[in-house]
Amino acid sequence: MPDDPQSRFEEDQQLDPRIDSPAREGLTGTARSDVYEPTRDPEEVTVGPDHRPMAEQPRWRRDFATDWPEDHFVARRDFAKFLVLTSGAFVAGQVWIAANSLLRKQRSAPARQKIGSLSALPPGSATMFAYPTDRDPCLLIRTRDGKLLAYSQKCTHLSCAVVPKLDEGILHCPCHEGVFDLASGRNIAGPPPRPLPAIELEVVGDDIFAIGVKERTV
Amino acid sequence: MTPKPQRQLTRAQRTTVVTGVLCFVLILVVLQLWLLTATMNAYLGGDDGAVWPALGASVVCLMLNLGLLRYLMKR
Repeated sequence: MPDDPQSRFEEDQQLDPRIDSPAREGLTGTARSDVYEPTRDPEEVTVGPDHRPMAEQPRWRRDFATDWPEDHFVARRDFAKFLVLTSGAFVAGQVWIAANSLLRKQRSAPARQKIGSLSALPPGSATMFAYPTDRDPCLLIRTRDGKLLAYSQKCTHLSCAVVPKLDEGILHCPCHEGVFDLASGRNIAGPPPRPLPAIELEVVGDDIFAIGVKERTV
Repeated sequence: MTPKPQRQLTRAQRTTVVTGVLCFVLILVVLQLWLLTATMNAYLGGDDGAVWPALGASVVCLMLNLGLLRYLMKR
């Protein structure tokens, strides 16, 4: 092969026929991809004061972009970062629930506690009591047919106090119009997501005792 | 084995990539939000059975999100 500039140039431009050669990068054209000058992005308008490309500019200059396309890129990337942070916060919430679940398993069952007497609660009336702690207000209800019912008074939506409406057969939460069935404590209307926790009762003679709390999801 | 040189993407291509990654991350975060509310509802209703599987699923979502973010930061 003659050693002249044209021959040397053509030798330099020889195409490696292997499809997976690094220089081809998927191209099936006639020349290697690295023989071309890197093209300038037409959307890259702003030039740094030192005339170096934006990729070589300091981090702060790239993060506070001047051109709209770059600004959109940075905004989306930062939003993705924020979402991943939110994702971490959700995991922290799950860990908190799991820790509380473990603690709840270690707690002993609530103690038996006298909450009233049958003689003080005529049919068709209701009274309040606190169980298992003083911070857990509950309702003790005696229906017109003499049946005893007891529920937590905290609405399962946002813990407002529910009001028994014996004539209508419901427990009503006035905060957001939540409605529970009086006979079962189940949520039947409005935003409450779960039934009211039921208080398990025991009647000994005239005395009424609370013996446990039954939390339910349906 | 020499590492394969990374192709330099244009700004428009990078924006497309970041938008795609953003969509995946958003779907995973919404899934985590649903998991958290469902688990909280079950826990407050006295059902502890969903707590640990939901925690595992949420951690998997976080790992996927971190992986996608790592890919994004390399771009």
